[in-house]
Amino acid sequence: MVAATPILLAALGELVVEKSGVLNLGVEGMMITGAICGFAIAVETGSPVLGFIAAAIGGALLSLIFGILTQYLLSNQVATGLALTLFGLGLSSLIGQGYVGIRPPAVEKLNLGPLSDIPFFGPVLFNHDLMVYLTLALCVAIWAVLKYSRAGLILRAVGENHDAAHALGYKVIHVRLLAISFGGACAGLGGAYLSLIRVPQWTEGMTAGAGWIALAIVVFASWRPLRVLLGAYLFGGVTVLQLNLQAAGFSIPVEYLSMSPYLITIAVLVIMSAPRKGKKGRASLAAPACLGRAFHASQ
Amino acid sequence: MITLEKRPQPSKLWTAITPVLAVIATMIAGGFMFAILGKDPFEAIRTIFWDPLFNEQFAAFSRPQLLVKAAPLILIAIGLSVGFRAGVWNIGAEGQYIIGAICGAAVGLAFYPTESFFIFPLMVIAGALGGLAWAMIPGILKVKFHTNEILVSLLLVYVAEFILASMALGTLRNPEGNGFPGSRNLKEYPSAFNAELLPGSGAHWGVVAAIVAVIFAYVLFSKHMMGFHIRLAGQAPKAARFGGVEPARLILFCLGVSGMLAGMAGLFEVSGPAGQISIDFNVGYGFTAIIVAFLGRLNPFGILLAGLLMALTYIGGELASFMLGVPTAAIQAFQGMLLFFLLAVDVLTNYRIRFGKRGIA
Repeated sequence: MVAATPILLAALGELVVEKSGVLNLGVEGMMITGAICGFAIAVETGSPVLGFIAAAIGGALLSLIFGILTQYLLSNQVATGLALTLFGLGLSSLIGQGYVGIRPPAVEKLNLGPLSDIPFFGPVLFNHDLMVYLTLALCVAIWAVLKYSRAGLILRAVGENHDAAHALGYKVIHVRLLAISFGGACAGLGGAYLSLIRVPQWTEGMTAGAGWIALAIVVFASWRPLRVLLGAYLFGGVTVLQLNLQAAGFSIPVEYLSMSPYLITIAVLVIMSAPRKGKKGRASLAAPACLGRAFHASQ
Repeated sequence: MITLEKRPQPSKLWTAITPVLAVIATMIAGGFMFAILGKDPFEAIRTIFWDPLFNEQFAAFSRPQLLVKAAPLILIAIGLSVGFRAGVWNIGAEGQYIIGAICGAAVGLAFYPTESFFIFPLMVIAGALGGLAWAMIPGILKVKFHTNEILVSLLLVYVAEFILASMALGTLRNPEGNGFPGSRNLKEYPSAFNAELLPGSGAHWGVVAAIVAVIFAYVLFSKHMMGFHIRLAGQAPKAARFGGVEPARLILFCLGVSGMLAGMAGLFEVSGPAGQISIDFNVGYGFTAIIVAFLGRLNPFGILLAGLLMALTYIGGELASFMLGVPTAAIQAFQGMLLFFLLAVDVLTNYRIRFGKRGIA
């Protein structure tokens, strides 16, 4: 569960962004920026909670660059997202220079009393820090908001048909900016979870593609929050499994084990995108209709 | 109130001006960044953009470096521009670059220690084929299964990096290297070494290949039917389909060209400036080339200039970190910033800015 949480956070954020019709490929950049912001603040203040808050703010600020460029200046979303990743990687290693090799303040595990003593299920389900459970709650909350609330309806309307949403008087650009900054904050939190709890240390480029895997999981989940949960935990399971195999000293070289999560992600993408007989692939059916298209009121 | 009005056609004038504008804006913003880092911004900018070319003390060393660094960037960026024009996003050039280098070097090392004139050309072909094969993975998946080529090509970069590590530590490790990771140094193997063609110029075969690639891309886009199809598919996908453009062929062609060029760039780098397959001989040219492609407006000659400029920031960055203690990461952030500004000012080419109240439509 610990391995899955950072990816789950980032993927949930990206899900909301993509539901609003924006494709932000900068998840990796926002994650790593969040990782270092959270790490630096947690080390300076000694408080992991402040660290997580700083990570969310850092990720959101970075994503707002993307938001302003794509929404107001109508730049290409793919290129801008890539720029965000490149810039985020550079910025994070710049900030992180003084922080290599330091240990962050420890995060307390949540004490659930007798629950954590249940054999097998105890350690697996009830022996984690607060963030794991908050992430789970977030996942359910996003699902409920998207499905049942008016705000969720507006968000989906903007993503499916921005012209119609505009005609109804919704502020397409504002909705999208909000979604983008929410996605940035989530990615930042995911990054901070990596640097503060999962690893816990700061190294350059430590996200190592987690942001891209989060993007792939959104496709895998056909843009549904609860399936994102499933995808992230499957992926977390694979990661832990290959780490355990490495530790157990199997005869397969370490490099090949380490590349397995990426290969599995590709395989899953292929399965989800493959067209059925006479029909389009599942992924392309479920994608929000206006995904990646710029909105300009004159068009 | 400022409003944007769509231009009927992208403005030619602004297409040419915006990259310059972006560079200037980046210099200003970069100056602020250096000031925050506690360095004199003017001196930092001068060290990066001026000293490598004109400072008497360093220019002799850094001028040839310019070509060495620009060649792979231009080669990869030309390949990427072919795809970007068609809306095929190959983000994994870094992976193709690594695989090309491994394949090429492996062929060279297989002949060690025989000397022959055909070894180097064979290595180049192997490098190109390696890059091609790696790029075909996202290509074929995209064509057969409609898989997103952005994600697949990118994830394959990480896979390539692990393969590189396994090669440097295992299969291709120098048997006489006392157990250190890394292959035999190709610099000490004359048939496989990508030497300077003119002493002191920095021009190795990669530079020649880069120039050939620029000309090839120019001819492709301006004279050849395929180039027209690529542009058509990028600008009006529906019209392209009615016009008889086969999307599958186009995708494979775009990815293939960019993979081949990236693979060749990798081989030229590993057999020349880098010298050997080591765990981290790749320095992110594949990603920087994306910036180069955009900075050059996806135009072959623009890319030539952009590649030289980007190479300058690399060399100037090294110089600045050496002279002023500017962290090298600052240069990476600087390059990312450049791409931001570039995309931001792009709005001026496609839209006209109107001041004043918006009229009632």
